[in-house]
Amino acid sequence: MSAPRTPVTGDLLYSDIEDDLRASVRALVDKQAPWDAVLARTDTDEPVDTDLWKRLTQEIGVAGLPVPEERGGAGASWREVAVVAEELGRAVAPVPFLGTAVATALLLGTAEDELLAAVAAGERTAALAVGATRGAGRPVPVTVERQGAGDLLQGTITAVIDAVTADVLLVPVSEGLAIMEADGDGVTRTTAESLDMTRRLTDVTFDGAPARIVAGADVDRALRIGAAVLASEQLGLAERCLADTVAHLRDRHQFGRQLASYQALKHRLADLWVAITQARATARYAARCAADDSPDLPIAAAVAAAHCSEVALLAAEEGLQLHGGIGFTWEHPAHLFLKRARADALLLGSADHHRSVLADLCALPA
Amino acid sequence: MTTTDSPPDAAALATRVEEFLAAHDPSTTEPGEFLRARFAAGLAWVHYPAGLGGLGAENGMQAAVDAAFAASGSPENRPRLNVIGLGMAAPTILRFGDDAQKQRWLPSLWTGEDIWCQLFSEPGAGSDLAGVGTSAVWDGDAWVLNGQKVWTSMAHHARWGILLARTDPKAVKHRGLSYFVVDMAAPGVEVRGLRQITGEAEFNEVFLTDVRIPDDQRLGEVGQGWAVAQYTLMNERVAIGGGTLPRESGAVGSLAARWREHPEAHTPGLHDRMLRLWVETEAARLTAERLGQQQAAGQPGPEGSGVKITYARLNQECSSLELELRGEDALRYADYTERRPEVEDYASRDAGWRYLRFRANSIEGGTSEILRNVIAERVLGLPAEARADKDVPWKDLPR
Repeated sequence: MSAPRTPVTGDLLYSDIEDDLRASVRALVDKQAPWDAVLARTDTDEPVDTDLWKRLTQEIGVAGLPVPEERGGAGASWREVAVVAEELGRAVAPVPFLGTAVATALLLGTAEDELLAAVAAGERTAALAVGATRGAGRPVPVTVERQGAGDLLQGTITAVIDAVTADVLLVPVSEGLAIMEADGDGVTRTTAESLDMTRRLTDVTFDGAPARIVAGADVDRALRIGAAVLASEQLGLAERCLADTVAHLRDRHQFGRQLASYQALKHRLADLWVAITQARATARYAARCAADDSPDLPIAAAVAAAHCSEVALLAAEEGLQLHGGIGFTWEHPAHLFLKRARADALLLGSADHHRSVLADLCALPA
Repeated sequence: MTTTDSPPDAAALATRVEEFLAAHDPSTTEPGEFLRARFAAGLAWVHYPAGLGGLGAENGMQAAVDAAFAASGSPENRPRLNVIGLGMAAPTILRFGDDAQKQRWLPSLWTGEDIWCQLFSEPGAGSDLAGVGTSAVWDGDAWVLNGQKVWTSMAHHARWGILLARTDPKAVKHRGLSYFVVDMAAPGVEVRGLRQITGEAEFNEVFLTDVRIPDDQRLGEVGQGWAVAQYTLMNERVAIGGGTLPRESGAVGSLAARWREHPEAHTPGLHDRMLRLWVETEAARLTAERLGQQQAAGQPGPEGSGVKITYARLNQECSSLELELRGEDALRYADYTERRPEVEDYASRDAGWRYLRFRANSIEGGTSEILRNVIAERVLGLPAEARADKDVPWKDLPR
């Protein structure tokens, strides 16, 4: 067993195009989904902001970024996807961007060009139906079986993300990937009350549901790219929590002093800032590896996922604590970030899962 | 030497290096002569001005020049021994020195003929550096220095030292300081090894007794010493911060190697701790590389302070965990004999020594606590701590 080699790191900065993209997304999201609107939506029967999703996909084209132009996309890359994820994480925007990224990574490996183009254009939404905590690097258990003469599916998958408003479900089965209409015959979707109110889970049951089974889909790779995108979402969320907390501590006075002048509090924010600079470096590197299809993507994605999960959680928990009593109330946004960060740290594999994957990849066995 | 109006680009620099090497064969030229000629040709630090070892090139072009010289088997200018000279004294001299001072000190500094040390910290002034008490009194034709400095790396090798001293004890502390260059061979300068927890005397105490310094060895105006010292320290943090490292280098490399070699020591608890440190070290490595990319792109970021805090902690935690992996072996120590260490290759030292030495990482070059203040105040814009020394003459402060 020997130490892993050092791959070329590549560009970890943001390009001018990425900065412009960020500005466009931020302007739209700030206007359309400020936190109080996001919070108000959680008490309604429409947990997904379909209008915002339509504008993001049709005006900015966020769903088509990783898809080549000749297949109906914008011909950008996973780097740009990651920048959008940062902005949507910053706003805990209730739109199916992460699920769309995973589904797109999956469809790019198939010959399903019509569906891919429809997803890229925002005309249809697809979701990979696997349990939300499944991470790359370990086999995804198949809980849905093909039965009978036709391709009729039988089985249950719990805790699927971004399937609430999905038009199409992508279901791993023994023979390949089943593609099916989400509201077709024999499919029952139940939206669950979810810890993260801004990304609700769906339990899906198939009872003789007709599907089309295709080859070429690499679920592991799609989950890995998903983890890289999620790391950027976590980065954006962490930055937002830090910024909000800095603003609060500067604003609030106790004992005749700004809270932000107390060293005990300043040092906690400094540590958080340091952790966020690291999260940014790992997330950028994972996005770079996804964009260039680097052989280092498995390590890069696992490092980013393991690190950014913990940094986002730290930022949200510190944010809530340092806001004091107001941060524990429903009408303050701190809980939106806490719930998203707590859920994100389990999505697509926990930090512990990703460390165990790294143990295998880097010859550091238990 | 040819001079041009516009700074040389990468191709022009490569040509100059090639021409220089053709005229000065590294295998036959005496090393000192070679280095002096390289300085004279402006190929020492190419971003420095012409006539001072450079060609006025843009930042970021030195690495290629150094690589070309290294590939040719050229002699080195003792970069590790003279880290303070090259990293801290030189930029300060360039920024604050007059022409005569630059010509006097920079050539022999760069060639490594003269090693430099830094005489800042004192027993009574570490993190609160602006509180230094070493006095410099003008007696008509020279400054007379009295006081004690501490934590002085390289003082026993050094020909010159950069020094912060108090020229006006009646002023508020930041305003009563001046900055000098001390001849370490001058009468009244006494260097004593300071034994540390490793058993070795890597650093020094420097005692100054009626040391006379001519006024032409002052950098910056009288009373401006704090600003000059700040500039020096900014360069220190840059020197410690950026750069590219191989994956699994440094303290985590020793830990991972030990892990692979000794499966009998594995437990689930140790495994989890090791993997966490591995991930954090990889994150720190990428952060340092991103910092380097920002600097190369002309966006100098404040991340350097964060990188230093992180590496100090990771060195400490990795070396501590490595001792746990070693079990009984970790209870033995190679050698506590007091001695002067050579310039260190940490990885070649025993694990106990590394554990002890790394405790200094969060103290030397700015404590981690002070660096957190720097981040909080300069990056996040948080207000400074309420302080008791603001409008009080230095001489009246409690100490």
